[in-house]
Amino acid sequence: MNLSKILKNTFLVILLSMVVSACATKKTATNLDSQIQGDVYTGTDTVEYLAKGVPDRVFFATNETILTTMSRDTLRKQAAWLRENPSVNVVLEGHADERGTREYNLALGERRANAAKDYLMTYGVSADRISVISYGKERPVDSGSNPLSWSKNRRSVTVKAN
Amino acid sequence: MKKFRLILNIILILFISISKSYSLVEVDITRGNLNPLPIAVSPLFQDNNSNTFFENELEIKDLGSEISKVIENNLKQSGLFNPLSKDAFLQKPDIAHLKPRFEDWALIKSQALITGKVTAINEKLKVEFRLWDVLAGREMLALAFTTVPSNWRRVGHIITDKVYQRLTGEKGYFDTRIIYVSEEGPKTQRIKKLAIMDQDGFNTKYLTLGNELVLTPRFNPTNQMVTYLSYFRNLPRVYLLDIETGIQEVVGDFPGMTFAPRFSPDGKKIIMSFAKDGNSDIYTMDIENRIVERITNHPSIDTSPSYSPDGKFITFNSDRSGYQQIYVMKSDGSDVKRISFGKGLYGTPVWSPRGDLIAFTKLHKGKFYIGVMRVDGKGERLLTENYYQEAPSWAPNGRVLIFYRETKSNDKGEGFTAKLWSIDLTGYNERMVNTETDASDPSWSSLLSN
Repeated sequence: MNLSKILKNTFLVILLSMVVSACATKKTATNLDSQIQGDVYTGTDTVEYLAKGVPDRVFFATNETILTTMSRDTLRKQAAWLRENPSVNVVLEGHADERGTREYNLALGERRANAAKDYLMTYGVSADRISVISYGKERPVDSGSNPLSWSKNRRSVTVKAN
Repeated sequence: MKKFRLILNIILILFISISKSYSLVEVDITRGNLNPLPIAVSPLFQDNNSNTFFENELEIKDLGSEISKVIENNLKQSGLFNPLSKDAFLQKPDIAHLKPRFEDWALIKSQALITGKVTAINEKLKVEFRLWDVLAGREMLALAFTTVPSNWRRVGHIITDKVYQRLTGEKGYFDTRIIYVSEEGPKTQRIKKLAIMDQDGFNTKYLTLGNELVLTPRFNPTNQMVTYLSYFRNLPRVYLLDIETGIQEVVGDFPGMTFAPRFSPDGKKIIMSFAKDGNSDIYTMDIENRIVERITNHPSIDTSPSYSPDGKFITFNSDRSGYQQIYVMKSDGSDVKRISFGKGLYGTPVWSPRGDLIAFTKLHKGKFYIGVMRVDGKGERLLTENYYQEAPSWAPNGRVLIFYRETKSNDKGEGFTAKLWSIDLTGYNERMVNTETDASDPSWSSLLSN
């Protein structure tokens, strides 16, 4: 018990320092490189947390549905958290950026959310706990028209359904 | 022989625009190269009794003049006609309608003349009109309509259709409506409603309240039904709406998202995409017996299906080559062929009601284009280039496209607008279509009357 408490505290400290450093980069960075890697958003600007250390969303490259190393890491955290909380069901909301035709983007959002769903299932979350919805480009989180805004909008967000 | 000259002139205009269009390899939205036909639309005459009646009934002071303005505006918007200023007219409306003094109309360089008369008969609206060939000095067309007074704008549209058809040899597209998505509010929480209006932007009605997200409404080409995508209860599904009765129903019983709906040309089927487990394929559903048929079966995204007017083929959007491209297949799903091979991505193919062309959206090097290609993919012509535009829909005569265009936001998300635009097949005559709110996803109806 003590050990887990210590671990939790350390984790909290690490998390806090991550948040602080993220804020620092956000303020000082003027170039996109610190927040976008290979066309995928890596920042924490819009990210919310399902629980401590469990980010709620993963990001995608333009027109892509492939999960990056960082996304897989996030989803493994989500899967672990879902296994610890078996009564929680989730909705995966898939999104696209505004630079694509509406109907194709609906399909793309659906494919992105399902890429996340498949990965959660691989890590032991049963399919009947996960539902999927695509919003295409209809619900951007950042309303700017620039590569950084678009990268934040290409996402799959895991939302508690109950 | 003089009559021939007028017709020849119009044929010449069409010929010029067609021959120009073939030379449009690159996007060229240079306008004003055409010589629109000078036409005089005389205010329609009405007697005092009728005047009083319509003023009480409709709260419109000079109905005859208002109807002539509807006609004039339609002709002007078409880009093929140049309605002359009424200030220059020498002859009074009532006398002109009986027998124009052609020299007077020729003097102001008018080649065609529309005159008319509006009468109240048994609380109904009677409109007579005549189309005159000014150079030949003779009548080309004479018709009369009787209808309820509130229908007065439609009478203006029907007259325009008759004039357009008489002078161009092609059916018009003025007595039509546009269904679209009305948009309000910030980008991140956009409120969207279904809206319908006359083709010229008047008589807007909202068909949904904005409680749920609605997208991509499309008219049934044979009646007043509409199919669209609604997020009612957060379940994105294709719906069917009767705009006369307001009755809505969900289409089919699919476990996943259904989207990208469109009617078959006979109006009896809906063709759409069904997404499940990360894969979108194309299905049809018979509206009457609800039988569902699977048309494509491929692990790629297959969406935006559109039938050829004879119902024998389907064009659709697929990324089976790796990126969004346009394909054509037989309506049973066999014989799939890719037809878009230019640089860039291609989406939203729509088959022309004439059957000869497919309109599309193209994305290349960060720009969006509306274009057309022949149904075998050859003869690609880009009509307009912009920051963002998509979703062309054909006017029923296959000569004009309506689509929506969005502007770029700044980093705070300000400056965003979405508007409807129309452009004719030559790539000239690009115009913004007036809407009360921001607007997207337009769909053009068939002619309401023939």
